[in-house]
Amino acid sequence: MSLRSPLGTALGTGSAKGGTSHWYAQRITAVALVVLGLWFLISLAMLGSSDYEAVVRWLRSPVNSTLAVIFVAVSAYHSVLGLQVILEDYVSHKNSRVVVLTLVKFMFTFAAVFGVLAVLRTAFGVSA
Amino acid sequence: MAQPERPLSPFMNYRWQYTNTLSILHRLTGILLSLGFLLLVYWLTAVAAGPESYQNAREVFGSTAAQLVLLGISVSFCYHLLNGIRHLFFDFGRGFELKTARASGRAAAAAAVVLGTVFWLLLRHSLGGA
Repeated sequence: MSLRSPLGTALGTGSAKGGTSHWYAQRITAVALVVLGLWFLISLAMLGSSDYEAVVRWLRSPVNSTLAVIFVAVSAYHSVLGLQVILEDYVSHKNSRVVVLTLVKFMFTFAAVFGVLAVLRTAFGVSA
Repeated sequence: MAQPERPLSPFMNYRWQYTNTLSILHRLTGILLSLGFLLLVYWLTAVAAGPESYQNAREVFGSTAAQLVLLGISVSFCYHLLNGIRHLFFDFGRGFELKTARASGRAAAAAAVVLGTVFWLLLRHSLGGA
């Protein structure tokens, strides 16, 4: 049985039926980022120096580079999910909304891969 | 086909209460943190590219303007984290009573300013010039 009104079906408006996974992913990534974000800020703060060697030594440790890769990926995903909600609320023109949203997704995907590769280069000691 | 008139979002017709501001701040800090994410990627790239580009990034982060941006991001991070935890409680149906929601919101905002400033003071030495 469908709960949609016949009028809603006829006019093609109403739920896109994809909201639950978005909502759920936003919460799961939020929980992960509580841990990852605090780990990143606290370890960076505890480094206490902006010395190149110190930063590289820190980022190179297996646990830290693993967490850094996850942090970059999850931050990008959570950012996109959040920006998407905001854009959907405030950009009312449908075509502009689709274009802006697509650009945001492309940009954050690029940034995420760029960031992950940077961590890997540091971890493997391949200087560009 | 003509779109029917859809109802406005609630914030367009509700009376202002300061919990609205807390909610809007969550979005604003979220946007700021998305930009902060791009700074994170820049920093990681600079580290990967070797001592010289790292030194460049260090000078960029050391400038007064960048320090102010970092203070904003640091406070935003703490606010978004604390208020985010508040929202997770809401998702479980907890903390909705007006009194509790207001008190927790006030606590999140105040703690964010204090913790954000502390983090910034500590981070300055790990990121910026000096």
